[in-house]
Amino acid sequence: MKLAYWPGCVSRGFTPELHGAMAAVAPKLGLELVQLDRANCCGAGVIAEHNQELVDTLNARTFALAQSVDGAAGMVNICSTCQGAQSECQERLDADAAYRAHINEHLEPEGLEYEKGGAWWNKNFLWLLVEEIGLDVLRDRVVRPLEGLRVGPFYGCYIVRPTRRLGFEFYPERDRYLEMVIEACGAEPVQYAGSHKCCGFPIVTLHRENSLRQAGRHMADALDAGADCVVTPCPLCHLNLDLQQPEARPFVERDLGMPVLHLPQLVGLALGLDIKDLGLHRHVVKTDPVQEKVAALAGAA
Amino acid sequence: MTETYTLKIRRYDPESGSAAYWEEFGVDLPPERSVLDGILQARDRQDGSIAIRCSCQAAICGSCGVRINGKSRLACNTKIGLAAEAAPNGAIVVEPMGNMPVLKDLIVDMDAVHWKKVQRVVPWLLPEGDPPEREYIVDPESMIDVTQAMACIHCGVCVSACLSMEVDPDFIGPAALAKAYRFVGDPRDAHAEDRLLDLAEDPHGIYDCTHCFACVEVCPKDVAPMNQIMRLRRRATGDYGIKDANNGYGHEKAFTDLIHKYGWLSEAQLLPKSYGDGSLIRAQLKPAAVRELAAKFPTIVRGLASGKVSPKTALIHHKLRDQDEIRRIYDEVESKDDRLELNLYIIGEDGSEEGEAAGSGGGAEEGAMAEGGQES
Repeated sequence: MKLAYWPGCVSRGFTPELHGAMAAVAPKLGLELVQLDRANCCGAGVIAEHNQELVDTLNARTFALAQSVDGAAGMVNICSTCQGAQSECQERLDADAAYRAHINEHLEPEGLEYEKGGAWWNKNFLWLLVEEIGLDVLRDRVVRPLEGLRVGPFYGCYIVRPTRRLGFEFYPERDRYLEMVIEACGAEPVQYAGSHKCCGFPIVTLHRENSLRQAGRHMADALDAGADCVVTPCPLCHLNLDLQQPEARPFVERDLGMPVLHLPQLVGLALGLDIKDLGLHRHVVKTDPVQEKVAALAGAA
Repeated sequence: MTETYTLKIRRYDPESGSAAYWEEFGVDLPPERSVLDGILQARDRQDGSIAIRCSCQAAICGSCGVRINGKSRLACNTKIGLAAEAAPNGAIVVEPMGNMPVLKDLIVDMDAVHWKKVQRVVPWLLPEGDPPEREYIVDPESMIDVTQAMACIHCGVCVSACLSMEVDPDFIGPAALAKAYRFVGDPRDAHAEDRLLDLAEDPHGIYDCTHCFACVEVCPKDVAPMNQIMRLRRRATGDYGIKDANNGYGHEKAFTDLIHKYGWLSEAQLLPKSYGDGSLIRAQLKPAAVRELAAKFPTIVRGLASGKVSPKTALIHHKLRDQDEIRRIYDEVESKDDRLELNLYIIGEDGSEEGEAAGSGGGAEEGAMAEGGQES
């Protein structure tokens, strides 16, 4: 399957292990990714807060670039925040022809035009796995079922709310996909209070204590529920849950040490990829407990 | 057709001296009836002591906010059949709302939290000068902007769902901040700037919202409180240039400037620039900014030590190949006197060019593109 690929900013900045993991996983799933090198930041909610016309134009530009990739089935992203921020703009662009025409005027000098959705789509890798690739295909390609690995899902707000904007009308189980993918990888999903809550990242520079209290609380809940690790389709969540986890510790007054995996890393482990190719050695919270479990599986096989 | 449903209700009576407990009730109702109907039937037929506030039973009085299967909702506009389908283990779980103290069973103390916070934002009009002889004359266009905030019925469901309030009970919160926008956006109010300054400087004000969409998701009246908070931020920074102590201004400026410069984000530059009102140099000079950055220092060291952040990533950021196009778009949009905003609350969604969706005719489309904001 050929796809226009929007990796986002953070996967090429502070979470390069995510970008690498996606590159390693794609061929294993028969995906040909055409990276949108000219595309711009989604605005992550901040540009939307600053100026709606600006953010709608910037994302219409990304969509237009994706739509011009010959033979692509659609566009894939690897960031919950990109998904939500882009869906918000797409909702406005698709809602009103006059508004869309106005936004497209800004793109005209570049020879670009966003055409209303129709059969075209923009999906996070999580949605792509379940809806386009299919869990049966994923199961077939799993060579290392992650038996005994207990994984807590962490979605990221932007990919689960608001449901009306995010296509839940047509795909009502989108808030359960992580559990389904964890199971398809042979691992065991762990229920805990924070799975669909906010990681706190958007206010880490605005109200640090509240931000880290959220991150810390969710990791503590996952720990109490017996998770070996947490998995997320959102690199911004990863920044608060992994990079900032040591900083969050004082706000929940306990040790945490909860490894946080990117979604392509978890899938990659089940597809038999190497720890290093997936960048699992490049986390702030050591992923050793996960690596040890996976190594034990390999030994048993 | 009548079916039998199980309601699992969280009970609590402070006067009993006992802890809260769960109690199950079987009720018989057609699936299209409401969870509130179920609770009232259980109260009528099985236990008259079940406590719940309710009045209109038509989602307008805003009295019967509860949590159903963990989601904050009005009990009266939640169909019992659908609630049963979403229920874990078949029993519909009904709890009092979150983020507010429980008075008894499903009744929470709205005065202690919700109404106190609404009072905090001065929820009345503050016009200037003598009132006009007759009514105030207001341009209908200018009221489009506040219509959505005015639809609030003060049920507290968004307060219950708020994830920022969960970690910070002092957060002013979604309902009260939506109410604040209702006056900030009202052309008759003469104190928009004072209101914004107050809410921007308060550490529990507009910059304490974590942008999680929980309030947008649960609001039974589609007020989208978070969107109103974002409008407050937009007015504070864009219209009045309020440089707050919470870095709200700095964060927005640093972020939008970086995308103008590079087209994609440099996290390494975002942080120091956020603390310096968008400027790297000011970040070195402001004592508060230096303190904040010093607090961040261990994070950056850990990032480097783990190998996830290389010094090159941290220091060098290249611009997009077509960055001139991004800058042109910025210039085209930002050189306008007024911001263009499409209000989906007014026009509804989808299919406007086919002319099929309600209220999406040509006139409505034009009317929907409200030009908000003003030059400071």
